[in-house]
Amino acid sequence: MTPFQRPVSAIWWLKKRAYFFFILRELTSVFIAMYLVLLLLLLQRLSAGPGPYAAYLRFLATPGMFAFHAVALAAALYHTLTSMSFLPNIIVVRFGEFRLPAIAYAVGSYSGWIVISVLIFWIVVLR
Amino acid sequence: MRVATPRISLEIQRYRPEQEQEPILQAYEVEYHEDWVVLDAINHIKDHMDGSLSYRWSCRMGVCGSCGMMINGEPKLSCATFLRDYYPASIRVEPLANFPIERDLVIVLDDFMEKLTKVKPWILRDQEKPLSEGEYRQTPAELARYNQFTLCINCMLCYSACPVYALDPHFIGPAAIALAHRYNLDSRDQGGKWRQQVLSSEEGIWACTYVGTCSVVCPAHVDPAGAIQQAKLTTTLDWFRDVLLPWSGR
Ligand code: FES
Repeated sequence: MTPFQRPVSAIWWLKKRAYFFFILRELTSVFIAMYLVLLLLLLQRLSAGPGPYAAYLRFLATPGMFAFHAVALAAALYHTLTSMSFLPNIIVVRFGEFRLPAIAYAVGSYSGWIVISVLIFWIVVLR
Repeated sequence: MRVATPRISLEIQRYRPEQEQEPILQAYEVEYHEDWVVLDAINHIKDHMDGSLSYRWSCRMGVCGSCGMMINGEPKLSCATFLRDYYPASIRVEPLANFPIERDLVIVLDDFMEKLTKVKPWILRDQEKPLSEGEYRQTPAELARYNQFTLCINCMLCYSACPVYALDPHFIGPAAIALAHRYNLDSRDQGGKWRQQVLSSEEGIWACTYVGTCSVVCPAHVDPAGAIQQAKLTTTLDWFRDVLLPWSGR
């Protein structure tokens, strides 16, 4: 008697919320990669001189590019926040029998995030 | 006047290879009792309504890990899933997803058994110490490192929840990797180097994309997804140590 093998549906990732959010998270990397390409182009244009750089800045200010950056920002935030929520399960810190609780990771990563953001803001905007 | 006992309907997937080309759903109506779990209802069907229904169970208390089924599409232990959480709606019961079906709710579990033995989930020593030297002692802190991963009852719900395993049946899978990790973390064990060959193979830890549903469905809170990511981290750190400090002689 042959056992019955159930086929896997091509849209398996639409069948459960958790699968859908997993695929969504994987997709965020695409937007982050595209953003990095734009950033590299920016550096390349910058080295090409003030003319090309100004033209590139005008291109970045177009509505399409603005919309793309909004989506890429949302994607980066989603990816970052979920990554930080995974930390306690991945990097286990122990002191003897005591295991560092999830809240400690949250406090650490969020405060680190805020400090770095303030630092960048200070360097880029205030200085 | 006697009040009629309320009833609940169970749609159970049947597959009798001598009779059906592919699985079908069969509806049974049983008495509803607040303290009944799905397994109680299925046992009632087997005992009083249809003796031909096949399924696995043993302990009836969430310990043996043999009664895993898809209940309304979610992998669950049928002995730990109460009818009252679904009543008055009907309940759909199917065999654990991602495994071939032997008959009705019985799946073929050979693949899991093979993978389990592959990771050698027992204490491996380079050299056993003689009995006269006594037992291998462990501090509470050393026990705490791996204790969580000892709770696995091999129920295979995690394999049923894992889309990576569904798409690539060669994947070693959550429970087997979590158990490998459990022994790798054990201070008495020296078998990490053997298990590593399986863990870092193509079908091992790197096939996992961290969907995380294995840990969500685990009835013993083992967190196999966490175990796999921890194993990835350890493997990566070991690799860097080997490349950057080859003289460290791990
Ligand atoms: S019957 Fe043993 S775990 Fe359910």
